[in-house]
Amino acid sequence: MMQFIHKYGSPQYFYQWSGRWQKLLSVVTVVLMLTGLYWALIISPPDYQQSETVRIMYIHVPSAWMSMFAYVVMASSGVVAMIWRIKVAEIVVAQCAIIGASFTLLALVTGMLWGKPMWGAYWVWDARLTSELILLFLYVGVLAIHSAYEDPRTGAKAASILAIVGIINIPIIHYSVEWWNTLHQGPTVTKFDSPSAPMSMLTPLFIMFFAFKTYFFALLFARTRNALLSRERHTTWVQGVLHK
Amino acid sequence: MNIFTTIFQRDMKLALRRRREVANPLVFFVVVVSLFPLGVSPDKELLAAMAPGVIWVTALLASLMSMDTIFRSDYEDGSLEQLLLLPGSKIMLVLAKITAHWVSIGLPLVVLAPIMSMVLYLPNHALPSLMITLLISTPILSLLGAVGVALTLSLRTGGILTSLLILPFYIPVLIFSTMAISASISNLPTLGYYALLGAFLIVSLLLVPYAVVAALKVSHN
Repeated sequence: MMQFIHKYGSPQYFYQWSGRWQKLLSVVTVVLMLTGLYWALIISPPDYQQSETVRIMYIHVPSAWMSMFAYVVMASSGVVAMIWRIKVAEIVVAQCAIIGASFTLLALVTGMLWGKPMWGAYWVWDARLTSELILLFLYVGVLAIHSAYEDPRTGAKAASILAIVGIINIPIIHYSVEWWNTLHQGPTVTKFDSPSAPMSMLTPLFIMFFAFKTYFFALLFARTRNALLSRERHTTWVQGVLHK
Repeated sequence: MNIFTTIFQRDMKLALRRRREVANPLVFFVVVVSLFPLGVSPDKELLAAMAPGVIWVTALLASLMSMDTIFRSDYEDGSLEQLLLLPGSKIMLVLAKITAHWVSIGLPLVVLAPIMSMVLYLPNHALPSLMITLLISTPILSLLGAVGVALTLSLRTGGILTSLLILPFYIPVLIFSTMAISASISNLPTLGYYALLGAFLIVSLLLVPYAVVAALKVSHN
């Protein structure tokens, strides 16, 4: 375990293997995204009640899922950074925060655009919307503490602690908000035995979900590699990479 | 346990010597609550409906404003570093400081609550639940706030950043407390909310000190 973490977490080796993965993931993302979007926007039927606005869902739902997934990745790499002092994990924390915050914002904005024609208002104080908003606040907090420190390594450690405290708190916050008020429709996808959405809508949704997931990792690798290069710019291996 | 009593007594003595500084958040609490009738309307029913939320949000802010005193002055004169070097449990050290903070800020807030509830026409039969929620939850505020302060100690712009980091974590406390008070206004059972708040208190009591110790180490680099 230790050997594994140190091997894959050493900056130079990480730069090599993540480069290969980044290329592969980018290609897969483009293919999935194009198929998913074509299926979602053109092939799949309009909803009998929501008509064409249902198509917002194909962006909204995957970004909402990814906003939570990115937090889990951030907190896990925060744990790795705190315990094993892996430099790459520290960088991943900050990069996850910015990508996760963007997905959260995307989910909120698409939700608002959908809410106006469907619920008659851009914003309602519903449990899921509120949870997502609080998630955005948590991301903003992590980003703020990270950038407040001049030394990026200290900033990353502080951000990791906050992310770990946050991940314990997220379920508590989520359920407290849930009991407080709820208007959002219940889960329609995760009821696997009998999903309440038809397959013609679920298939493009799942394609989009995988497209978002590969997009997230491709982006994460690209950003981490760039941050790594600038952080390690005085070392010989970076000089080597740049002069190649 | 020895380190706990020593640090607790030390911090209480310091708080008693800086009475005015300790009183500031309490004055803030009274003044801000009194602003609401001026800003909204002196209407009795409207104020009574708003009372749980107003009192609780103000209590959150008052507790947050006072959080800086818990570590800041000790950090600046270097004594915190010496305290961390003491033999004995750092968890107990942190817990003692948090407890001292709660006794000097949280408890007075509980005592002030009846006066503030009169100002906002909170029904008398809801007063016990206001005081119980404050009694259970103000320690949670002190605990979580300590994480925020510990993380921002070595930064010059600590104050606002601390609020930004910590306020989202206060949300469950705010929700359960105000729901309990609203339930007791309409004569509904409130025991479940107290149990939830109590559970939250126990969990934070068990986990938060570790995060504070880690954060203090980061601040001392």
